Amino acid sequence: MAISDTVRHRGAADRLRDLLPKLVLSPSVALVGIFVYGFILFTLYLSFTDSRILPSFGWVGWQNYGFLFRIRAWDTALTNLVIFGTLYIVICCLLGLLLAIFLDQRIRAEGFIRTIYLYPMALSFIVTGVAWKWFLDPGIGVEAVVRGWGFESFTFDWIKDSDMAIYTIVIAAVWQTSGFVMAMFLAGLRGIDSEMLRAAEIDGASTMALYRRIVIPQLRPAFMSAFVVLAHMAIKSYDLVIALTNGGPGTATEVPATFMYSYTFTRNQMGIGASSAVIMMLTIAAIIVPYLWSELREKK
Amino acid sequence: MGFLDIDRVTKSFGGLKVLHETDISVEEGEFLVLVGPSGCGKSTLLNMIAGLEEVSSGQIVINGRSMNGVKPADRNIAMVFQSYALYPNMTVRGNISFGMEMHGIPKKEREKKIAEVAELLQISQLLDRKPGQLSGGQRQRVAMGRALTRDPDVFLFDEPLSNLDAKLRVDMRTEIKKLHQKLGTTIVYVTHDQIEALTLSTRIAVMYGGYVQQIGTPQEIYDNPANLFVAGFMGSPSMNLFPARIVSANGAPAAEISLSDGRSAVLPFAGRDGTGEEGREITLGIRPEAITEPDGADRKSRAVHVVDSRVEITEPAGSDIFVVTQMGGKDVTARFSADVPVKPGEDFQFAINMEKAVAFDPKTEARII
Repeated sequence: MAISDTVRHRGAADRLRDLLPKLVLSPSVALVGIFVYGFILFTLYLSFTDSRILPSFGWVGWQNYGFLFRIRAWDTALTNLVIFGTLYIVICCLLGLLLAIFLDQRIRAEGFIRTIYLYPMALSFIVTGVAWKWFLDPGIGVEAVVRGWGFESFTFDWIKDSDMAIYTIVIAAVWQTSGFVMAMFLAGLRGIDSEMLRAAEIDGASTMALYRRIVIPQLRPAFMSAFVVLAHMAIKSYDLVIALTNGGPGTATEVPATFMYSYTFTRNQMGIGASSAVIMMLTIAAIIVPYLWSELREKK
Repeated sequence: MGFLDIDRVTKSFGGLKVLHETDISVEEGEFLVLVGPSGCGKSTLLNMIAGLEEVSSGQIVINGRSMNGVKPADRNIAMVFQSYALYPNMTVRGNISFGMEMHGIPKKEREKKIAEVAELLQISQLLDRKPGQLSGGQRQRVAMGRALTRDPDVFLFDEPLSNLDAKLRVDMRTEIKKLHQKLGTTIVYVTHDQIEALTLSTRIAVMYGGYVQQIGTPQEIYDNPANLFVAGFMGSPSMNLFPARIVSANGAPAAEISLSDGRSAVLPFAGRDGTGEEGREITLGIRPEAITEPDGADRKSRAVHVVDSRVEITEPAGSDIFVVTQMGGKDVTARFSADVPVKPGEDFQFAINMEKAVAFDPKTEARII
């Protein structure tokens, strides 16, 4: 009797112990399920409806997508995304790699310098945006200072130039992120066997050949991670653009995220806004899914 | 002047002297092994020969040419590393070819050389694989192949076998020895494994604490260790070292040792000089194979002495049996042939071949007899 009691007790305790992780995890799973995946599905649904200022459920099929790709501002946003994304990723990778290689030469005060390069990453894009907005402002920033030194003809007013404004966003974003990319590459460089570098030295490889033929090819995983991180940051970039140019001058620096926000919440075109959000998500998925697939496949 | 001269070379890092003044002269075709425990300066010395580290003073001369200030790539040396240091992004072919490419050797010649080396090391079927797809032994061969393409003056090996498992290590040891006999290249080989040193080398330099303790042929090092460190480091199982005292027996020097039950035994050194040292405390060194059962004693030896002692432990090892007893208050290992019926706890006769015995000063650790 007593024995079967303890057995039953232990059975209950065991069951509780088995259930505990699931119990603890279930609230966050539910929250993520509703607020991430639920709203993704909701947005997907809204993009096929005639929602304006508020969600409505009149099914209009692909009409919103049709409108979307006829809007000039969306066209600008996509073009800007391509310019910004390409330059941002390429410059960040090159600069990050260069910084990492320089920092890997056993220089003095490396920890200090590394921290300085990493610090911009600790700022919010809003802060970066505001700081660079002042910095690039012809009236108070670089242009004013250099003119104050006596170079009266010096002009640096990209932020006011609708053809060049997108490049100021690239500058600010690169400033913010290249230190982070540097840290990723530095970790990759530190992972390279020092005996291998000595072997290359004995083989007679010049510094150029050493990096080009041996070191950089081995940084492929770091390049992959950097690309994925930078690509999704580029596609969803919103706060930096808002703080730095607010999409202007005019719509010159409109990007998909600012477009989505203005159509959904200020222009009362929720259906079109939702469809632009879906396009953004598909773009990110097009980058992330192959990456995850290759990563998970390699694990096997 | 030899083929490779290490001439009054020292190395310091800041105020720390890791290699004290060292002179070694290596003849062409020699296989020199630098052996010692970690931190003894052997790898530093090898790196200085390779040019990966600068000498602090002195000079290294290879084939009549002073190497001070000469880059590793221009020294005509090749090196095999402990971790093999293969380039993981290149195929085996690329790995072997890389050094030649960097030296501007035309493609046709490279192809020919790769085929030749691959043939020699039996890696022809692996040429298009990446290092990640190879086993440890195969990587080792590729690393050697890469070194071989250079036709170097001196081959440098930095503990090349320590990442392999025991069986493979023995096989590769034989391979390296065969390769040396076939090619006749001068080799400097660093290891901490004294068996590797004894089996491979034509000469050994035993290093400890930044000094070369002794340099000589394997036989010299084994039979005539210059000091207590060399005696204890070389040989497996290691030499028995225990306290004794020099006394005079019939006018000749002898070692007096204490046995387990308070008795003592006087063992004359056979015809070896040691007069005038009577009364001196020594550390006596006798290798396990010089302490045997009476029937197994060396018949040519003129100084075999038999003592009774208690057997403490027996360790059968196939062909032999290692018998542990107490002498001079220390555990002493003897090597009996496997068919001797010896049991722990019983008294047994131990035949000590004093021709092979050596004596050291316990304080200075220098050799006395």
